[in-house]
Amino acid sequence: MSASMKPVSLPSPSPLLSRTGWAAFLVALIVVCAVAPALNLLVPAGSVFHLSDYGVGLVGRIMCYAICALAMDLIWGFTGILSLGHGLFFALGGYAMGMYLMRQIGLEGNYKSELPDFMVFLDWKTLPWHWTFSDSFVATLFLIIAVPGIVAFVFGYFAFRSRIKGVYFSIITQAMTFAAMLLFFRNETGFGGNNGFTDFKRILDIPIATPSMRMTLFVLTGITLLSFFLLARWLINSKFGRVLQAVRDAETRVMFSGYNPLGYKLTIWTISAMMCGVAGALYVPQVGIINPSEMSPANSIEIAIWAAVGGRATLIGPILGAFIVSGAKSWLTVAYPEFWLYFLGALFIGVTLFLPDGVVGLVKRLSKSANKSGDRA
Amino acid sequence: MFKKILLSTLLLIAGSAYSITVEEVKGITIGETDSRIEALAKAMLSADDKTAAFLQALSDDAVKVAGDKIVVIQGDKVVDAVTQAEVTLPDDAEDVINNNRMRGEIDSALAALKLFSKDDTVRAAAVKQLQSDADETKLPLIEKALATEQNTAIKDQLGMVRAAALLGSADKAKRMEAAKLLATSGQANTKTMLLARLETEPDAEIKAALGAALRQVESALAWGDKLGALFSGISLGSILLLVALGLAITYGLMGVINMAHGELMMIGAYATYVVQGLFQKYLPGAFDWYLLAAVPVAFLASALMGALLERSVIRFLYGRPLETLLATWGISLMLMQLVRSVFGAQNVGVENPSWMSGGVQVLGNLSLPYNRLVIIGFAIFVLGSVAWLIGQTRLGLFVRGVTQNRPIASCMGVNTARIDTYAFALGSGIAGLAGCALSQVGNVGPDLGQGYIVDAFMVVVLGGVGQLAGTVYAALGLGILNKFLEGWAGAVLAKIAVLVFIIIFIQKRPQGIFAMKGRSAEA
Repeated sequence: MSASMKPVSLPSPSPLLSRTGWAAFLVALIVVCAVAPALNLLVPAGSVFHLSDYGVGLVGRIMCYAICALAMDLIWGFTGILSLGHGLFFALGGYAMGMYLMRQIGLEGNYKSELPDFMVFLDWKTLPWHWTFSDSFVATLFLIIAVPGIVAFVFGYFAFRSRIKGVYFSIITQAMTFAAMLLFFRNETGFGGNNGFTDFKRILDIPIATPSMRMTLFVLTGITLLSFFLLARWLINSKFGRVLQAVRDAETRVMFSGYNPLGYKLTIWTISAMMCGVAGALYVPQVGIINPSEMSPANSIEIAIWAAVGGRATLIGPILGAFIVSGAKSWLTVAYPEFWLYFLGALFIGVTLFLPDGVVGLVKRLSKSANKSGDRA
Repeated sequence: MFKKILLSTLLLIAGSAYSITVEEVKGITIGETDSRIEALAKAMLSADDKTAAFLQALSDDAVKVAGDKIVVIQGDKVVDAVTQAEVTLPDDAEDVINNNRMRGEIDSALAALKLFSKDDTVRAAAVKQLQSDADETKLPLIEKALATEQNTAIKDQLGMVRAAALLGSADKAKRMEAAKLLATSGQANTKTMLLARLETEPDAEIKAALGAALRQVESALAWGDKLGALFSGISLGSILLLVALGLAITYGLMGVINMAHGELMMIGAYATYVVQGLFQKYLPGAFDWYLLAAVPVAFLASALMGALLERSVIRFLYGRPLETLLATWGISLMLMQLVRSVFGAQNVGVENPSWMSGGVQVLGNLSLPYNRLVIIGFAIFVLGSVAWLIGQTRLGLFVRGVTQNRPIASCMGVNTARIDTYAFALGSGIAGLAGCALSQVGNVGPDLGQGYIVDAFMVVVLGGVGQLAGTVYAALGLGILNKFLEGWAGAVLAKIAVLVFIIIFIQKRPQGIFAMKGRSAEA
């Protein structure tokens, strides 16, 4: 029998990006690294082409969201696991960065103390143990990735090992971020209680509130987003990515084929959490504040809606989704504050009912039907 | 405001007899704090309503001094403090400054005078206030009040206050008597009082008696604390049960992840608020019974909203739990904003009917509020009704049939789509009942549901999906566990500990306490 079986040939791996894909990628890279800085810093403020500081801040922020959406897409779109706790990883990365920024304030705080203001306020004399490495930028970079990674790994190990899946998993991730939020709200935890961290002055001893620093962070965020996009693309095209999609579509069958999904799920879950941590770390210096409300369940579920609006299981979709939803949010909350929640709610309902594949799916469907009618003509 | 009302009633009672003398008024008002306090203590020996009115004015900063004339400002009138005759405000009138010590003395003197009020609740409040600062100077007043007191509960309390006052006596026999009396009190402030006295007590014999009294009080208190934690645990459990029961139907039986469940509760709470408003406007006489009308209204309002949601959104998403989760989250956002637009973003006030305020005093430091007791009873009633509805009626039979095997139920002629709507409306209606109950113990605002949604899911998940019994055990267990941890580690840490416990528990038993067996377990 076995002699008659033909060797199975796997489809040859597709290139990382198509030719047009690379071209688009390059354009995006140039826009982020050259065009946007030039429009912001070189073009005079009165000109139509001038990119305002507000615009830089907004787009920079949205690119951080887009990283989260991309991370959410890896775990939800490609592996079928809906996390309602990604806000926690985002906030953990942000807090790691925030600790460093708090130490950088140095003696310029309101109380002229080596310790962050809130600790002086609480009458603490020394830094708590978890602040040990907060004065080193290198250690901070490590913590930004390690803390969300370790939390995700431990949580994921226990959850996936006992094969918690579907809605159960979603709900316990929500409980996880909710519990963490309550914990961070406490002053005793040593993260500034409900005020969190703010009033940052410097990063790497360079003043933080200057236009050039803002632009630097913007460019860094853009590059990070683009490289994460490539990373995700590579992951999804690899054999590892194929197994993930198989887990999403028929987990039981994957197990019967001799794979143990635990390692695959755990790896992508941890990677996804780390990406969110990086996004949080880039976000905090740009907005200048981090507090426990970033961990509220509502924030985490908003990440899911970015991915859903753009289109799950496409990589470009979640990035688009983050831009569409956050852009609409920043416009609506100013122009029609009372309509924002109606809009967001309707978006949740509308996308799940009518646009299961998101905006990207809609565009594909439209272009396909346009092609068809074009063929007929 | 309350003080003003009290003042005017006291004035009315007082009539025009002057029993407070010029010397007393001057002594209390003018001079050094020490001499004023002495004068106050002396005046208290012959005190009556006039004294009370004057002290109240003093406490309200309504008394002014001009030379040796002392006047009281009453609204836009100025009267002489002693004769009550109307006078013009002298130009050189100065405010009377009361420092904190003087203020404390005035307040406790006022409290002592309130012991003779005709209103039981005023007297009870006065006794409570005196407990913390009883001393020998008030002993004559307390004994006078004790002699005339009719209400036994207040009389007992007053006895304790007398004992507390005796404790500071210079007479050894009296102190001994006080120690014996206080031993039978089971109140927290008795403990602090005894501890304080133990520190300063010179006599060894009395010290021993005080120590014995302290031990007796402490053991009574420990019991009260434990029972109190148990009761608040059961109370929290009953609320969790109400919140989770609706979810046990929509999620447990139907498998619909309804993130808008909390907002359906909020609708129930606002329905209660509206009914309350209608009663205030049209039936003020029957206001105490508005809650009885609010219960069915809250049920119907939420059930209708639930049916609407099921027909318009949820029925298209059966079998896609993650999508349902997101869509219902969207619904919850819209409902919250809708309520904000209609009722405003602020919390609205829902009053307890008078028969629900107050409580039963079981032990010295343990009183069971009526509203909590009513909610426990209400939870039992709702649980019974749901169990009956699901277990005994035709509708329940259909619901169970459809959830167990939809195609076969359909073959038997059950209109499954209609049963889905009914079941969802039932679950939503129960959420409305929970909201009605919550309006009696907490704030009613647009965010009401948000605080409970995570808890509610935890209860259902812990109890095991598709199980009413599991939900009951999980709700009570979580409630009691939460309250005991709270006593030990504080509210926030207790909450975190409970969440961590649930996460670990689900590792061990992913299907909850009562796992479903057989094929349906995998569904």
